[in-house]
Amino acid sequence: MGYKKAFKKAFPYTIPVLTGYLFIGIAFGVMYAEKGYSFWWAILMSLLVFAGSGQYLAVNFFVPGFSLIQVVLLTLMVNVRHIFYGISLLDKFNKMGKKRWYMIFGLTDETYSLLATTKTPEGVEEEKFLFAIALLDQFYWVFGSFLGGLAGTYIKFDSTGIDFAMTSLFVVLFIEQWMETKNRRPALVGIALSALGVCVFGADRFVFPTMICIIIVLLAGKKVFVKGGEEYAG
Amino acid sequence: MRVNALLSFVIILLVALTTFATRVAPFLLFPKGKPIPPTVKYLGDVLTPSIIGLLVIYCLRNVSLTSHPFGLPEVIGVLITGALHVWKRNTLLSIGVGTISYMILVQMVF
Repeated sequence: MGYKKAFKKAFPYTIPVLTGYLFIGIAFGVMYAEKGYSFWWAILMSLLVFAGSGQYLAVNFFVPGFSLIQVVLLTLMVNVRHIFYGISLLDKFNKMGKKRWYMIFGLTDETYSLLATTKTPEGVEEEKFLFAIALLDQFYWVFGSFLGGLAGTYIKFDSTGIDFAMTSLFVVLFIEQWMETKNRRPALVGIALSALGVCVFGADRFVFPTMICIIIVLLAGKKVFVKGGEEYAG
Repeated sequence: MRVNALLSFVIILLVALTTFATRVAPFLLFPKGKPIPPTVKYLGDVLTPSIIGLLVIYCLRNVSLTSHPFGLPEVIGVLITGALHVWKRNTLLSIGVGTISYMILVQMVF
């Protein structure tokens, strides 16, 4: 009981991801279909993997002679940023029962951003509310992949640029949290260090070193980033 | 299909397991019932806005500012999305119009 209510309450919060995932899910389905894979395969991958840029990259793995070690290493490289996502959600997820394994599985960039920035509204159990968000998000992703797989197989259209939906989605999430908070320094640190990181480390490998730099700066500047940073002093 | 069904399935499974491994790591490091160190708690709170900032740049990482079209489609796309969102604050509208504008720009204009 209470799930119906949780889904109803969660739905409005997931609309940004719904929009983004329909576009980029379609883009994934189309790209995968171009490699000769029907929408069934797109659905299967979106059910089991559930990763935006990870699946974009994975499309290139399905060629004869591609080594399985490469599959693991490249996936690790593109998804290594996810290692840091759980840190913001330890408390919330550890309160959940078995469902937390699905929540961990569902920690895409988009779901993470939503879960970490959304406050559970009054009158609904947090556990169910968070679960509803994750499940809805994956549903949009699978549905988008299905549409893309279908379109890619049966209609030919120029989908160039459709993956910009992902950029738009994060611009929207960035603005949303910018308007919600008075403490904008961590957001600025993220933008500035990442831009610098692309220049220094290169586009293909900036994520991990940049993450480390961001963490060092955040730790060193604790007092600057949180008013009354003493509350974390233990 | 470019490779056979069994190999395709194995590749998907490997991608799935590797992805899950990156997501589950912090939960193995700080399991249920163990107190979370204050520094980690602090990081968890301030890291999110930084990561969203990083993800914006991540999406734009392959844009070249030094060769044609000098990142113009991306700049215009981001500006349209951003301006529309600040103005109307309607996510569907911002992402939809932003993406379609960008598609028109890269397919027909530049």
